[in-house]
Amino acid sequence: MAKNKKKDGASAPSLALSLSGISKSFGPVHANRDVALDVHKGSIHGIIGENGAGKSTLMNILYGLYSADAGQIAIDGKPVRIASSSDAIAHGIGMVHQHFMLVKTFTVLENVMLGAEKGFQLDSSVEATRAQLKKMGDEYGLSVDPDTLISDLPVGLQQRVEILKALRGANILILDEPTGVLTPQETQGLFEILRALRDEGTTILFITHKLHEIMALTDRVSVMRQGEMVAHRETAKTDMEELAQLMVGRKVLLQVERTKVEAGEPVLQVRDLEYVDAAGVKRVDGLSFDVRAGELLSVAGVAGNGQTELLYMLSGILAPTGGSIEIGGAKVTADNPVDAAHMRDLGVSHVPEDRHNRGLVLPFDAKENSILGHHNDRELGGLLFDRAAIAERATRQVTEFDVRPPNIDLRAAQFSGGNQQKLVLAREIDAAPSLLLIGQPTRGVDIGAIEFIYSRLMEMRAAGCAILLVSVELEEVMSLSDRILVMMDGRQIGIVDRDAADENMLGLMMAGVSSEKAA
Amino acid sequence: MSDFLLQLALALDAMFRVATPLILCAMAGIFSERSGIIDISLEGKMLAGAFAAGAVAALTGSPWAGLGAAIIVSILLGLLHGFACITHRGNQVISGLAINILASALAIVLGIALFRQGGQTPSLGQSERFRPIELPFAEALQNVPVLGMIYSEIVSGHNLLVYVALAAVPITAWVLFKTSFGLRIRAVGEAPEAVDSAGISVYLLRYRAVIIAGLLCGIAGAYLSIAHGGAFIRDMSAGKGYIALAAVIFGKWRPMAALFACLLFGFLEAVTARLQGVELPIIGEAPVEFMLAAPYILTVILLAGFIGSAIPPREIGEPYPKEK
Amino acid sequence: MTSHGLPRWADVGLLPLINILAAVIVSGVLIWVIGENPFEAMAVMFNGAFVYSGGFGYTLYYTTNFIFTGLAVAVAFHAAMFNIGGEGQAYIGGLGAGLAVLMADSFLPGFLLIPFAVAFAALFGAAWAFIPGYLQATRGSHIVITTIMFNFIAASVMVGLLSGPMMREGQGSPETRIFEPNGHMPYMHEMLGWIGIEVARSPLNLSLVIALAAAVLVWFIIWRTRFGYAARTFGHSPGAAEYAGINTTWLIIAVLALSGALAGMMASNAVLGEPHKIVVNFTSGYGFTGIAVALMGRNHPVGIILASLLFGALFQGGTELDFEFQTITRETVQVVQGLIILFSGALAYMFAPMLARILFMITPEREPA
Repeated sequence: MAKNKKKDGASAPSLALSLSGISKSFGPVHANRDVALDVHKGSIHGIIGENGAGKSTLMNILYGLYSADAGQIAIDGKPVRIASSSDAIAHGIGMVHQHFMLVKTFTVLENVMLGAEKGFQLDSSVEATRAQLKKMGDEYGLSVDPDTLISDLPVGLQQRVEILKALRGANILILDEPTGVLTPQETQGLFEILRALRDEGTTILFITHKLHEIMALTDRVSVMRQGEMVAHRETAKTDMEELAQLMVGRKVLLQVERTKVEAGEPVLQVRDLEYVDAAGVKRVDGLSFDVRAGELLSVAGVAGNGQTELLYMLSGILAPTGGSIEIGGAKVTADNPVDAAHMRDLGVSHVPEDRHNRGLVLPFDAKENSILGHHNDRELGGLLFDRAAIAERATRQVTEFDVRPPNIDLRAAQFSGGNQQKLVLAREIDAAPSLLLIGQPTRGVDIGAIEFIYSRLMEMRAAGCAILLVSVELEEVMSLSDRILVMMDGRQIGIVDRDAADENMLGLMMAGVSSEKAA
Repeated sequence: MSDFLLQLALALDAMFRVATPLILCAMAGIFSERSGIIDISLEGKMLAGAFAAGAVAALTGSPWAGLGAAIIVSILLGLLHGFACITHRGNQVISGLAINILASALAIVLGIALFRQGGQTPSLGQSERFRPIELPFAEALQNVPVLGMIYSEIVSGHNLLVYVALAAVPITAWVLFKTSFGLRIRAVGEAPEAVDSAGISVYLLRYRAVIIAGLLCGIAGAYLSIAHGGAFIRDMSAGKGYIALAAVIFGKWRPMAALFACLLFGFLEAVTARLQGVELPIIGEAPVEFMLAAPYILTVILLAGFIGSAIPPREIGEPYPKEK
Repeated sequence: MTSHGLPRWADVGLLPLINILAAVIVSGVLIWVIGENPFEAMAVMFNGAFVYSGGFGYTLYYTTNFIFTGLAVAVAFHAAMFNIGGEGQAYIGGLGAGLAVLMADSFLPGFLLIPFAVAFAALFGAAWAFIPGYLQATRGSHIVITTIMFNFIAASVMVGLLSGPMMREGQGSPETRIFEPNGHMPYMHEMLGWIGIEVARSPLNLSLVIALAAAVLVWFIIWRTRFGYAARTFGHSPGAAEYAGINTTWLIIAVLALSGALAGMMASNAVLGEPHKIVVNFTSGYGFTGIAVALMGRNHPVGIILASLLFGALFQGGTELDFEFQTITRETVQVVQGLIILFSGALAYMFAPMLARILFMITPEREPA
């Protein structure tokens, strides 16, 4: 291990990177507050924290995409100023972003070349880059066909291109939540590449919110919480329990009170459901399952494996291209599609994964958002809206769901993430659905609101509502569900009872291993 | 039959003359739009360039000074477009529209103030304009059948700026597809965040693109007033900037394809001019208005996806935020 | 607070004024550069627009055009669509109004003919906007480009018709015959005369009332109806509209058609009100001015009426410039218009950070964020 190599030397391990006093605010929000961080040369340093803890902000500052309000950065002991990504690159920093920074219409070669061209004419750069790609492929197992278009590559290989780009002349490599789009197996492959790079002397900063990745990969770990750096540890000298405590800032992880509910008749029946998108890619491939009254079925899987399309079909945003959905006495097929408005009439409520672009209209006030999707309700007026009725409905929702501040004239954009989620949930539950679809219920939501949301979901379940939950958080899936459906590549890998499942088994299933083998 | 051939030759000859400003503006539009900046101000930049060229050529007696003035004025308008759309992240269509209205009005206001000829610039003498150039051996080859005739009647005998326009097309193609600058221009219109994270300034790239667009529109403007014509006349661009924009779309943002669109549109206009009031067999009087509207109609049909599909650069029209 | 760090009153009230001021200052400098006194020019324009007999009537006549085209642009803006084709829609609207009158002015009495003609104007304008709307909604063709193209196509169609089948017999100029009096929109000075109020003759006519009614109607549609709610939802967030089950295909087409109808109704003023015939280019860029009006009026009917009045005064005042000055002409007004589009549209928030700093300095205590 690199760490051990260093210990053999006479001097103390030298620092590749040292940050101190970094602060950054976005309006009233302190994304980073007086953050300090030392990273040893040739080590893999993990930074862990919940969503919104300020990890990405810190890395974007280090990479010059944001400018810090205060603080110093030193590289190899020398203070530097990083005002732009070109400064960062000049100082040997490379970054693999959470959202890939690739030109989809370009080839792999063109993407790797971009920004590192040699001279005005491209010819010489093309040859040099081609040779370099071959070398990287041979040395680190980072091989990818240079002449393929990015848009034709699977996500895992796209990430490989990102790494190749970031490695051009970099001594310090930042990876921001790189495993979110990968299967567990692809993740293992990535880890091997990173270890190989570390052993060649590259310093690696690995950002994640997943504890087991920290334990599996890193030499050191720093924990962030609410914009502050709360602890630094050697990975070998800490454990998951301590890190988890540090991340959430309190002893107990969330416990959900699940009462026993006898599931009733099937509310939703899905048979051989398929969705082929405009580009001809099969996003959902042959799903068949029921959700019964008083039952919570979770759909687990790595993000982007067809869960979004499933939610959209069940809520009427997309029409299926094959199979059927039976709900509320109606049978939805490719020949008999039902739009989102009609789905609501059939008793389906939908808390979408993306509340900013789907569930809310951010410039609208809470009143106007309280009727989104229900604006054709008769009780809201005739030819013109009955504004008193709308205000009454909004007030009812805001009060029942304890939205803060309880001001229905405030625009949605002015509420915090947790309260925005409550606004959506309030509206959808207010419609008294027989089926509640809910995607990533706690993404970007603070702990207090999470507890509230969980207990509301359990109440709905107890009241006989059928709930279909889509989440990429295995802990959430494990603590809420009655049964768990695992999806990969649009396919249904299996459905397991919660009591028969554990995280390891679900992880294998998410990689495509059938439930019998995984168990 | 030979009469038909002669007519065809004359129409083709006229096609090049009509298409020249279209080609220059289309290349300008390709640079700008490939970088992610919608440019409906091709029209305004060309018109302002035409005025500047006409005015300065009249004042100095030099077509070269006129050309220089046209380029400078047009680049300045390009920079204004950049200032609004790149630096201040304003709406690109609105900015372009403002520039078109400003250029059209300012040319008249300044023209009246300078020359008091109702918004025109004074007529230029032969030495104050770009004159037709006889290419070598044009005369000698005149009597060689077909090829010689094509060379002497259609290829030869245009003014310098026509050849500049024709040269601009392969140069644009070379820059876009064979140079690092072109790679970056194409990247910044598709994925500016990729360019930014590669350490290249999105703003600087886009500014360079609008400057090049200004340069080309300036040449187009000078062509109108001091090469093809002999004075600036109010609103002399007459929608050519918009036709060029249509050609850019028709050519799917590719230089060679856009060239052919410009030549097609130019040919239609050249033929239309010849058919004014002519009785044709079967269809009767030539549908002149319809033919003049053809570029616009064809572009609408193309955009509707009835002739292949025209997919614009992904981030076109989207300002790039400094900090997200 | 808004996203630009300004309190709402400054964002809605102060910033637009500063933008207009910037446009006026730049115009003033231009007038000064070409050797005239900008204050004199302003006085002449003010006099022409408001003081001289009949001047105000002309101002309101132009205002009427701009209310229609400004509303047309604003309605589309609310659904995040840029209808740059008001010019063409108004032109074709004129065709509708003209056809209605030319067909029926020999037998229909005015009180039937006029509503019939106005409806035709709206219908033709809507139809001309319907095609780009339909193509956007079903084939994804970009509305900005198609409406630009439709402006040119409209111009060709109209020139073809006015110099061909619709041309007045025995005349060389491309225009129709003059309508019979029952096809004339009643003049304001006549109507006021009936109730004993004497005002100077001007082309101002009943269309102003129609325009104001349209403004009120647009306000109700946008902010008090389900259709307006759907349009604004789509305008702010197409994803949310889809989520809400709004039929976006239908919505895009309906909003564009409404926008085109409003633009087309400009013909009730510029054709039926005066000059009582269709002439080539009667739209004179009023459709484009509608964009400036909508930007300045922040897409709100009240703002649009005020902005239309300003532009009405500028256009009427501008015609006076031709008489009073050697070197400045009505095109100066077009310069002002271009600058207003630039400052109120493309550079709308250029002064916002500066203004926010100034407000911050002069506001002693601010509540903690």
